[in-house]
Amino acid sequence: MKLRLPIRYVPVGATAFIMILLFWIGAVSFEYFVSPGVVIGLFSEYAFLGIAAIGATFVILSGGIDLSVGSVVSFTSIFIAALIHKHGFHPLAAALLAISVGTIFGLSLGFFIQVFDMPPFMVTLAGMFFMRALGFVVHEQSMSIKHDFYTWISRDAVLVLPSGDGIPLRAFLMVGCILIAIVIAHLTRFGRNVYAVGGDEQSAKMMGLPVTSTKILIYGAAGFCSSLAGFVFTLYKQSGDPASAVGMELDAIAAVVIGGTQLTGGVGFMAGTLMGVIILGLIRTLIDFHGNLNSAWTSITTGLLLLTFIGLQRGIAHLGERAVKSNAAEAD
Amino acid sequence: METKTFRSRAATKIVWPVLALALLILVNVLLDARSFNSFTDAFREGAFLHISFKNGYPSGALIDILNHGSKVMILALGMSLVIATGGVDLSVGAVMAISGATAAVLTVRGLPPTVVIPIALLISMVCGLWNGILVGMLKIQPIVATLILMVAGRGVAQMITGAQIITFHSPVMEFIGNGRLAWLPLPFPFILVLIMLFITWVSTRKTAIGLLVESVGSNPTASRFAGVRATSVIMMAYIFSGFCAGIAGLIAASNIKAADPTHAGLLLEMDAIFAVVVGGTALTGGRFFLGGAIIGGILIQTLTTTMYAQDVSADVAPLPKAIVVLIVCLIQSETFRNKLSKTWRRKQS
Repeated sequence: MKLRLPIRYVPVGATAFIMILLFWIGAVSFEYFVSPGVVIGLFSEYAFLGIAAIGATFVILSGGIDLSVGSVVSFTSIFIAALIHKHGFHPLAAALLAISVGTIFGLSLGFFIQVFDMPPFMVTLAGMFFMRALGFVVHEQSMSIKHDFYTWISRDAVLVLPSGDGIPLRAFLMVGCILIAIVIAHLTRFGRNVYAVGGDEQSAKMMGLPVTSTKILIYGAAGFCSSLAGFVFTLYKQSGDPASAVGMELDAIAAVVIGGTQLTGGVGFMAGTLMGVIILGLIRTLIDFHGNLNSAWTSITTGLLLLTFIGLQRGIAHLGERAVKSNAAEAD
Repeated sequence: METKTFRSRAATKIVWPVLALALLILVNVLLDARSFNSFTDAFREGAFLHISFKNGYPSGALIDILNHGSKVMILALGMSLVIATGGVDLSVGAVMAISGATAAVLTVRGLPPTVVIPIALLISMVCGLWNGILVGMLKIQPIVATLILMVAGRGVAQMITGAQIITFHSPVMEFIGNGRLAWLPLPFPFILVLIMLFITWVSTRKTAIGLLVESVGSNPTASRFAGVRATSVIMMAYIFSGFCAGIAGLIAASNIKAADPTHAGLLLEMDAIFAVVVGGTALTGGRFFLGGAIIGGILIQTLTTTMYAQDVSADVAPLPKAIVVLIVCLIQSETFRNKLSKTWRRKQS
């Protein structure tokens, strides 16, 4: 019992350590790295990734996987743009409609996965194809959004720091979403059900937990987060683009795993995901600062970090099994 | 008795993709039929079934399908074994990019194809070995283990080419994706498919390997107790998948006479998985049907060609594909079939 509690926190601790290490590397190597601008940049440029990663965290906590993240983001972005410019919607109404479409899409994925017992990766893969193509049905090219209200809410400085750096709305949105997600994951009945389902679905069912509705709701939450991320993406780019966010699902999964959530489900922290997103952002910022490295390094370092953390998880799982075994031996 | 039921199950499983393929070809003929005057018009120039002979080689939509679908078919062979072990290989597209990039860079350096091709295939097999180590030895879930190479592999391919598209000129390298043999007038990529199918079929079905793969996929614990070395069987399956991806990568590079590290094999892993699943191999593992995978590959390519023929843009084409994938998965889902038969019985009584 003594060993188990700290071991739960080892992956998150490692995440925090790597985050600080990366920041330290940046601070030592580059003169202007430690500045409010860089920190704000981390929160605002990767806000849409962070919000999408929240949904992915719920899905992975439940032991599933969602491959449709990137295409839902791109569909939502072009759908919002088209609603505003082709159909004269108010931006807020457009965003609301697009996010409800995304949520319903997520719910239906969950329905297929849970009710017909289909493999999550296959269903969400089909969903990925579907949404990507649906975006192109809405409009084949990227479409910039020009609307007074939009310019106003997507401006760079909702709050201006004394140093003169402005913080945009999307950074606040991400932090707000993470806080709400932490509350949902750790303090509500739904959150506890998610952990229970991810830990052992059979036991959860036998305990009388509402497994079916929980799992459908999880994918609904993922759809909601992905489409909200799509809205934030339009705030960031001021445009909608059906060809954008290709492969973003991998970034989202990487952020979740680097954040210490176990891929087998049942173990992890929402706050870890935030750190995972910041780590991915830091890697990209470091590569940008360096200037001579090409973008290939981004995917390679992401892959290696992913591997490191999965290896760490395996090691911890192994230690845990040994501890359980030795405990059992002692009890005998 | 037991083998007979297996055989008949295999036979019924191949019926569905063949029927679907026939249906799809019929749809194409009917779409053509809008401009028909007589039955023979189905074979006239420009029609779907039309095959003309240019310089003695057959060409036409059907031949194009075999030609362009060869990459998916070869990938599907490797994917079949991987899925049969209960895994999945998402990295095949990235491995294709690595293989093509290696071949292009070495060809540009002036190395002969006899050196270039083995090196490219060897590197692809090393990629497969990497996946195999992660899945077989470190016991990481296949989706995630191969996801790592899917993410990092494209980066590796970009590093090899220096993030550029590298064009090459070499008669032998260009032959792989575009050539025709004088004595066998089919597209050379499709001949490669047939060779690979034969090799795979002989080495899995005429030896114990196929059985071992299926036993590991259907019950890893039981097969371990039976003395099957699950780890090496799994590693072999992933190495073979890497090898297949390497060949597909060479074809893809040869097709455009260049290596494009960012776009080579993009989203092809999905097509390959689809081909395998449509061919009757369940994603849960334990069984595989090589013939079904090939038919599945032809089916998905026919679907793509059909949509292009109907002026559906390449971007919108995945929409109907996704719906077909979902329907196929639904039909394969036991829960769905049980629910369907329950409602059917209720209606009967």
